[in-house]
Amino acid sequence: MQALTSRARQVDRKPMTFIEKIYLWNIIKGMVITFKHIWKRKETVRYPEQKRAFSPVFRGLHILNRDAEGRENCTACGLCAVACPAEAITMEAAERKPGEEHLYREEKYAARYEINMLRCIFCGFCEEACPKDAIYLTETFAPANYKREGFIYGKPDLLIPAPGEKKQA
Amino acid sequence: MNIDWFFILEKIVLISGVLAVSLLVAMYSTWGERKVASIIQDRIGPNRAGFMGLLQPLADGGKLFFKEEIIPGNSNRFLFILGPSLAMIVACMTSAVIPWGDTLTIAGHTVSLQIADINIGILYIFGVVSLGVYGIMLGGWASNNKYSLLASVRAASQIISYELAMGLSLIALLMMTGTLSIKEIVEQQRHGGWNVLYQPLGFLIFLVCSFAECNRTPFDLSEAESELNGGYHLEYSSMKLGFYLFAEYINMFISSALMASLYFGGYSFPFMDSLGLAPNLVTILGTAALFIKIICFLFFFMWVRWTIPRFRYDQLMRLGWNIMIPLALANMLITGAIVLYRSTH
Repeated sequence: MQALTSRARQVDRKPMTFIEKIYLWNIIKGMVITFKHIWKRKETVRYPEQKRAFSPVFRGLHILNRDAEGRENCTACGLCAVACPAEAITMEAAERKPGEEHLYREEKYAARYEINMLRCIFCGFCEEACPKDAIYLTETFAPANYKREGFIYGKPDLLIPAPGEKKQA
Repeated sequence: MNIDWFFILEKIVLISGVLAVSLLVAMYSTWGERKVASIIQDRIGPNRAGFMGLLQPLADGGKLFFKEEIIPGNSNRFLFILGPSLAMIVACMTSAVIPWGDTLTIAGHTVSLQIADINIGILYIFGVVSLGVYGIMLGGWASNNKYSLLASVRAASQIISYELAMGLSLIALLMMTGTLSIKEIVEQQRHGGWNVLYQPLGFLIFLVCSFAECNRTPFDLSEAESELNGGYHLEYSSMKLGFYLFAEYINMFISSALMASLYFGGYSFPFMDSLGLAPNLVTILGTAALFIKIICFLFFFMWVRWTIPRFRYDQLMRLGWNIMIPLALANMLITGAIVLYRSTH
């Protein structure tokens, strides 16, 4: 039979030698190994103070994007909700009224847009499905919360701040 | 009748001191265990509660006190509570005959740093330690749980099997020293060499058996988490569980002290009598030396725990009956022959 890996080795079924039978020698060898670990580098990441670097393709918390003029990209087409395998996304569409052209890029927009972070599996299919470049996954993750309701993220949580929004406030 | 009030006061202070120290050492053994485990596993261990996690034992104790107290409905209530109490009392009792140091001279009185220098100290320890198995047996049986019962049966047969070999290895030591008083054994080592040099095999057997007596890895079959859901203290919660765990650490402390006293010179240290220091200072240094030895043993206990996997039960029994006891008997025979040869020549 061909071995599956190059590291496969025949199991040694020889009867134990005297040294192995008295067991003590192997215990000493094992204890030397564990003793050497005193000087090994500690792998612990002291979390709140230190954070592990994420990989560049890390998929974290979602954001809803705006265009260069600060208008919301999302048109509430629902493709992200259809693509979502965990059915974490719900939305309600609304029609843009005259005078709201500076808020929404197209005639239709999402009046309500919610992602349940407890259902979300962070697969990134919503990002792939979106035809309007409206939803992106970032490199942060959802912080802890005391209530399940706290994990349902609405538009205020997801939308990135509009350019100049801080100046107006 | 003239009551020696100073004597009573001295003993009360000594007893409370020893009790406090053994509780403190047991407390910090839990911290030490976690630190040793983490270091061996390349982690850093508890470091949130206080500097280097030094307040962790207090936090653990506080947690145990505030846990819900559960007594199972079909358990034997009296025995269920008696079990951990017995384990704790027995663990604390053994410290009485261990010589923690030589004598101090305070205001003209000579104070011996040993609670009771009884001439059968080793027998006393054996008697009390073998009572310890009742704590485990009662707890396991009274819980009315099959896993607890299995674990306590395992613990009982393990402790009884290993006590035999332990006793036999000690007999060789007693033949050599000719006394059962631990204080005298230490004093002999102060002038001669450490007993471990004359009784290496005896010490090895004693060491292995004390691992088994303390239910420590690789002999922790009575609390095999993977097979018995935690063992004899499965049904225990709150401070009753804490007592069981604490008793184990006190037992570890006491057996470290015993091994240090019997085989590693106890409170004596090399060149102790040729330093030319004040006797009181030498005594204090001696006590410090004893505690350093104890800490080394405690570290060894933990080091072994995080190195060696658990024995299978038949392996444990075979090791105890087929290897340890014949070895101890052979050791006894050889020692006897040498003692006899020396006394006739």
